[in-house]
Amino acid sequence: MYKILNKEYLNKTVARISVHAPFIAQKAKAGQFIILRSYENSARIPFTIARADTNTGSIDIIYQIVGGGTLELDSLSVGDSLNALVGPLGNPTEIEGINYACVVGGGVGTAIALPIAEALHKQGTKVDSIIGFRNKELVILEDEFRNISDNLYVLTDDGSYGAKGFVTNGLEDNILSGKKYDRVFTIGPLPMMKFVSLLTKEHNIPTTVSMNSIMVDGTGMCGGCRLTVGGEIRFACIDGPDFDGHKVDFDEAISRSKMFKESETKSREYACNLYKKEI
Amino acid sequence: MKNINKVPMPAQAPDVRINNFSEVELGYTEDMAIEEAKRCINCKHKPCVSGCPVGIDIPAFISRIKDGNFAEAFNIISEDSALPAVCGRVCPQEAQCEKYCVRGIKGESVAIGRLERFVADWNMQHGDEAVHDIVENGHKVAVVGSGPSGLTCAGELRKMGYEVSVFEALHEAGGVLVYGIPEFRLPNDIVHREIQSLISMGVKIELNIVIGRTFTIDDLFSQGFKAVYIASGAGCPKFMGIPGENLNGVLSANEYLTRINLMQAYKEDSHTPVLRGEHVCVVGGGNVAMDAARCARRMGSEVSIIYRRSRSELPARLEEVHHAEEEGIKFYFLHNPVRVIGDENGWVSGVECIKMRLEEADSSGRARPVPIEGSETVIKADMFIPALGTNPNPLIVRTTEGLKAEKWGGIIAEEGSGATSRDGVFAGGDAVTGSATVILAMGAGKGAAKAIDEYIKDKYS
Ligand SMILES: Cc1cc2nc3c(=O)[nH]c(=O)nc-3n(C[C@H](O)[C@H](O)[C@H](O)COP(=O)(O)OP(=O)(O)OC[C@H]3O[C@@H](n4cnc5c(N)ncnc54)[C@H](O)[C@@H]3O)c2cc1C
Ligand SMILES: Cc1cc2nc3c(=O)[nH]c(=O)nc-3n(C[C@H](O)[C@H](O)[C@H](O)COP(=O)(O)OP(=O)(O)OC[C@H]3O[C@@H](n4cnc5c(N)ncnc54)[C@H](O)[C@@H]3O)c2cc1C
Ligand code: SF4
Ligand code: SF4
Ligand code: FES
Repeated sequence: MYKILNKEYLNKTVARISVHAPFIAQKAKAGQFIILRSYENSARIPFTIARADTNTGSIDIIYQIVGGGTLELDSLSVGDSLNALVGPLGNPTEIEGINYACVVGGGVGTAIALPIAEALHKQGTKVDSIIGFRNKELVILEDEFRNISDNLYVLTDDGSYGAKGFVTNGLEDNILSGKKYDRVFTIGPLPMMKFVSLLTKEHNIPTTVSMNSIMVDGTGMCGGCRLTVGGEIRFACIDGPDFDGHKVDFDEAISRSKMFKESETKSREYACNLYKKEI
Repeated sequence: MKNINKVPMPAQAPDVRINNFSEVELGYTEDMAIEEAKRCINCKHKPCVSGCPVGIDIPAFISRIKDGNFAEAFNIISEDSALPAVCGRVCPQEAQCEKYCVRGIKGESVAIGRLERFVADWNMQHGDEAVHDIVENGHKVAVVGSGPSGLTCAGELRKMGYEVSVFEALHEAGGVLVYGIPEFRLPNDIVHREIQSLISMGVKIELNIVIGRTFTIDDLFSQGFKAVYIASGAGCPKFMGIPGENLNGVLSANEYLTRINLMQAYKEDSHTPVLRGEHVCVVGGGNVAMDAARCARRMGSEVSIIYRRSRSELPARLEEVHHAEEEGIKFYFLHNPVRVIGDENGWVSGVECIKMRLEEADSSGRARPVPIEGSETVIKADMFIPALGTNPNPLIVRTTEGLKAEKWGGIIAEEGSGATSRDGVFAGGDAVTGSATVILAMGAGKGAAKAIDEYIKDKYS
């Protein structure tokens, strides 16, 4: 079970793996995620389902190596099996009835945004995609996005590739140039989603964000993934991961994402030594 | 004159056990068990049995202990309970079997739970692998959830010849027994062994499958299952709804216990992080609150329990309260949190509480706590753990057409049989009653197994 069938690096710290998981592949819809454990004593960590293939009974996951858990995952090769894999979790992204959408992805968030952009494109929605990275070396999935976007905008923070600037700059330009989006979908680091949501609120464009809270079970059992949306407590794993970007309390979410920083730093150092890698 | 007190249970000393997660109570030796068994006077009317939700023939198994025939004692218990090593440890005996024991009128009741545990442990060490002559009947039944209710139902059905698959969302089977109840009360290993014996009996356990997501209930019927038993528990934690509850350092008891117990975060080699607070405040008075508090103590924290009623209203098992006190956990009775206070970095720095007084009993029969105006005080804390109970997870109800549930989430099921509003779908345990007890969940599983057998025989033969 859960055998890794394929593995390729998209840049130095982002890789795509295909994992044998026929039941999940059968059910997966854009916006849903899985939780996996690499080894027996690993933490449970969530990843978006980047693609599901019912023919091979496999799903793709695109992960960025950021800490101990993802380093551990990266130590597995083709032919190895994950210790556990469960899904599809969360609610599919709601995409019905949209004529013109803008999908805004930042960093590895582009991997999470891609299946949504693909699903929109497939149902005939006109899709503009704005993807941003820190620099040229980190650009991923450009071709994949080009294939399904009516317009693609690539930006880098330092201007080493595509246009210079943040995705919010790209989005603002488009809005100001008169593009009438029915909805913006944005996925990336929390501060990025916060600023995209602030911008779209100003322009009154409904906005869906995908919240990557810290999770344990992913089934509604621990409440660790909770966040405040419109003044109410919601669980990202069962009520989300998508929420109305104009209602999410981002500052609280940003603070909560640092809850386990201390042990994360320790496990990252430990894993870096163990796997002789730097991140 | 027989001894009026129970034979004391050997236990780890409090100052030792707060430094480890090993079992607090060490179990009776054979001699102790025999001595305690002799305190039972073998009452004709067996009042104790009426207090046991699964009706174990208590005087019968205790008599075999007296004779030193532990294997036979085990067989007697096994007729009615599939998880004696678990129940002997965690049943609230003082409210069940032992409550009705005649020896309790003058002195202490017979230590039925401890004797049950002794027999189960003895069997694990010395007993022969049970052999069941299972006559396959060719029908498949699905069980959702591998807690005590699901496991009991699965075991019973398997014995009747059904092909049983238990679907579990987590990567480990056992439900609350492995993710909630800490190892110092119920070692996960004991649960694993009980599950192993179900597996060797032919029960299939399918881990990492969320019903409602990976498969729906309707999918299960298309896969050829003739009936489904839903025993998905009540795992959704409640929060208080007070300001500051999303600060860093606030973890539901479920999250805290899951990290420590299921993910084994207390061990060096586990990669799941957990917070270690200096001053931990736990709110609540049930088993869950005691468990969270006692875990925190073992993680090196100073621990307080905040409870809005007084000591005598605590719903937790007496023994747990007693152990918690021995371990140096401080109780703030008649206090209720109104706000979690945060520091400039978004971390918990204290808990503001209001003092309460008790008014006469409300509809639940317990004294009603009322806040005393102007009595606010602040308790120092860097972690805050609400342990206020849990609700059933809405996922299965939301994804199963025609399955009726109460407003608070409990699946509506007929008492005894567990029959729901959907043909062929049965439900029981915490998923129906809300948080209750292990033995009641097992009782429901047993009742449902019988009803499912009747349902399938009726419909398919
Ligand atoms: C629904 C969802 C979908 C996600 N999809 C993807 C994806 O497709 N690709 C991808 O690269 N990443 C994705 N993530 C983020 C990914 O789970 C984290 O990067 C990963 O858990 C980091 O683990 P680590 O041990 O390597 O890093 P750590 O050093 O432990 O943590 C680094 C940061 O990752 C976050 N994190 C840590 N543990 C968890 C956890 N258990 N759950 C969630 N976040 C955590 C925290 O913000 C932390 O600061 C997703 C997260 C969620 C909730
Ligand atoms: C911390 C704690 C301490 C307790 N202490 C005691 C005690 O001392 N004595 C006592 O008698 N009782 C105690 N209880 C209560 C007791 O544990 C429960 O009443 C009992 O476990 C309920 O059993 P169950 O089988 O109905 O559900 P659970 O044990 O909750 O098991 C349900 C299982 O179903 C799984 N599940 C849920 N949804 C799905 C899905 N959609 N698909 C697949 N699987 C799913 C869950 O992951 C879980 O494994 C305690 C409870 C807690 C939380
Ligand atoms: S199962 Fe529980 S209630 Fe029944 S005899 Fe054993 S300890 Fe008592
Ligand atoms: S009531 Fe007490 S003394 Fe009487 S049979 Fe039961 S355990 Fe023995
Ligand atoms: S991850 Fe535990 S409730 Fe969402």
